Amino acid sequence: MELTDLAGALAVGFAAGMAGGLVGVGGGVLFVPGLVFFLAQSQLEAEATSLLAVVVVAGVGAWRQQRYGNLRLRDGIAIGVLSPLGVLAGTVLANAVSERALALSFAAVQLYFAYRLARRAASPDPSPEAAKG
Amino acid sequence: MSARLARLGAIATAAGAFSGLFGVGGGTIIVPLLILWLGYEEREATGTSLAAISVIAAFGAAAHGAYGNVDPLKALLIGVPAVGGILAGTALQQRIPERAVAGTFAVLLVVSAAALIV
Repeated sequence: MELTDLAGALAVGFAAGMAGGLVGVGGGVLFVPGLVFFLAQSQLEAEATSLLAVVVVAGVGAWRQQRYGNLRLRDGIAIGVLSPLGVLAGTVLANAVSERALALSFAAVQLYFAYRLARRAASPDPSPEAAKG
Repeated sequence: MSARLARLGAIATAAGAFSGLFGVGGGTIIVPLLILWLGYEEREATGTSLAAISVIAAFGAAAHGAYGNVDPLKALLIGVPAVGGILAGTALQQRIPERAVAGTFAVLLVVSAAALIV
């Protein structure tokens, strides 16, 4: 392994963690290309390895957010435990509808969410007292 | 089953489907739905999303691990700096307004949607 590749992997890892902490995502979107480009993994290996890293990184992030008072653990675990239903639904969907149609549908949903969140971002911030109850 | 649990189940299903179909975490689905549908504030939504993602990724990692596709050393190489990053990112997030988190997320969603379309 070249030193530049190692440095690249470390930099991508840090950036993915930073982004994950800011917006509450796992970082897999950056881990996967980082593992492919810098650590010579295939796309499949990178997705698999990324998931293991996400378990730890998201776990640490959730723990920090709990300390900051920003975690509803029972809801989070409920979503996690029920998610295999979605994997099943996704598999059924993938066999019934074209992949292109699925990608476009999800993109449309994401753009709608972006519109709603952007409008929310323009609204007044809750006061710290109100937010913390 | 309570209406709230039904909503959590719907969020879980959407996140699991998105994650399984496109090979990414479900965070881009979980965070907006917690805010817009369950009335979460931004920081709570991101913290709770991280807990859910950790569980979702554990299922996926276990399944991939059974096929021998997981490389623990490379996971460490990219994961250890990411732990440093998430400590910094969560700390930084406490210092910016809730609504700025929503704005940042809106940008992320536009980028993610563009990646799906292209």
